[in-house]
Amino acid sequence: MAEKLELTHTGRVWKFGDQINTDLIMPAWSFRLTEVERNKAAFGAIRPGWADLVKPGDIIIGGQNFGLGSGRPIGSVLRGCGIVGLAAESINGLALRNCVNFSLPGIDCPGISAAFEEGDIARIDYISGTVENVTRGKTLKGKPLEKLLAEIVLAGGVIPMLVREGYIESEPTEAGSE
Amino acid sequence: MGLTAIEKVLARTSGKDVVRPGDIAVCRPDMVVQADLFFSVAGSWHRPKKIFDADRVVQLFDHAVPAPSIKDAAGMVEARRFAKEFKLKNTFDVGVHGISHVIAAEHRLARPGELLVCSDSHTCASGAFNCAGRGVGLTDLLQALTKGLVWYPVSPTIRYEIKGSSLPPVVSGKDVFFHIAHTYGAHTAHSVEFGGEGLRALDMSARRTISTMCAELGAEFAMFECDDITMEFMKNAPKGAPTRPIVPANPDKDADYADVRTVDLADVEPYVILPHSVPKNGARLSVFDRKVPINQAFVGSCANGQIEDLRVVAKVLKGRKVAADVRFIITPGSQAIYLQAAREGLLETIVEAGAVVTNSTCGACYGGHMGLVGPGEVCITASTRNFKGRMGSSEAEIYMGSPATVAASAVAGIITDPRTLWR
Repeated sequence: MAEKLELTHTGRVWKFGDQINTDLIMPAWSFRLTEVERNKAAFGAIRPGWADLVKPGDIIIGGQNFGLGSGRPIGSVLRGCGIVGLAAESINGLALRNCVNFSLPGIDCPGISAAFEEGDIARIDYISGTVENVTRGKTLKGKPLEKLLAEIVLAGGVIPMLVREGYIESEPTEAGSE
Repeated sequence: MGLTAIEKVLARTSGKDVVRPGDIAVCRPDMVVQADLFFSVAGSWHRPKKIFDADRVVQLFDHAVPAPSIKDAAGMVEARRFAKEFKLKNTFDVGVHGISHVIAAEHRLARPGELLVCSDSHTCASGAFNCAGRGVGLTDLLQALTKGLVWYPVSPTIRYEIKGSSLPPVVSGKDVFFHIAHTYGAHTAHSVEFGGEGLRALDMSARRTISTMCAELGAEFAMFECDDITMEFMKNAPKGAPTRPIVPANPDKDADYADVRTVDLADVEPYVILPHSVPKNGARLSVFDRKVPINQAFVGSCANGQIEDLRVVAKVLKGRKVAADVRFIITPGSQAIYLQAAREGLLETIVEAGAVVTNSTCGACYGGHMGLVGPGEVCITASTRNFKGRMGSSEAEIYMGSPATVAASAVAGIITDPRTLWR
């Protein structure tokens, strides 16, 4: 791994409030669907149709304790919807693991909710921890992403790492469909 | 500066003398537990080519058992194949099944001073046994069971000093947790430690409920100090339980805490938690004057599917009937608890009252395969979580209470202070 890590994203912002939980991102009834159908269910309970509006490269700006809840793979869902990055007032610890492990970086950045309107363009530098509102010319200082976590993101997530290291098979084994 | 209980486990398992908040601890797990969900969520399971230790990888089924769909059934076929291929020492198939955290408790797989990895957010349940556990994801679990490696950010710890010689009548461990959640709110990015002389008043059942529920505070690890009650529990290990020596992880006297807060058990009352979140969203039932009719009541899950919870339910239901238009579902946390409840006659009391006893599973708690609530319905539950949509329709409202509160509400048909029905 290179000594100096670089990890930035510039993208359109989707804004969410405080206490956004895993069950809103990936409801239990979607577990048995295909990945494509499952991704379509994201935020369905509070923003029906959201998954159809997201474009690849978009960014989520969240409130307090973003992603609290269960261990379900929300990073896979958000990535599958096209989201590439995340910054929030605070990100739940389990949620951050489940994002980073799917190569979706996120940082805590207090004050970020007030600094963005939906649709603004954000530039996030995860290594330095800066979040810039490109649309409004404002910059905030958040908490940098830990080096180990940034390395997982840059490696494409945990699954590709384990495949490369010879620990797991490269393709998932699918349970039979109904 | 000394270490907290959690820091001690993270230090030992990462091969360090000391870890501090802000560090990332890269640890070797003492036990890795995986359940059925892994196999039914499409794209999650990549067959391992090797595993780190067949004695320390546990395969069990809990979220949806017996299989409610072909997909779940097929996932379990693959899980059994995996367990056979690697000759796993500990497997808990349908028949000897139970919720992962309950099985970990019953089979003493969660042990004082150790680190348990499980891809369920309520893995902090193991903290009741002075065992560090923090919910991880499916990918973390795959890494843990193949490489024997798991990372955790070391978080600042909030310590709760428990005071008091006993819980007030009808007040349970669940109410102690609600009291903390209602008083102090979320604990995001913090670990939680419980200690103090009042621990003696909290039996293992209460500790298990409290520890499990810490996930709802957004806490990282939750951990009880190891005391005589813990060691007594560990003594009664069933056959096949790990036999390595127990090395508890108790905090140093000069451990560094983000905050130390005192909870006097005498101040705790029965609470109700309102929909759709837990922190700072409750009310003491003594001042809760809203009349809230309910459609469904539930007692179960890793937090409240224990034999002690079923005893409370049966005590409230004895000689009474569940209110008309209310469904009351009770789910034992494991087959062993189911059997014990049968032996004690609890099942008879519960069914006679018009309640439903189901097979042991996570079941209605996560709204996955049974006991779901419909649009416009109101549920009161003694389980883990009350997010919007958690137990079925996102148009339903989920209130939370202790098993006594839920049972009393099921009888009255409205949310009820259990002390009014206690005898």
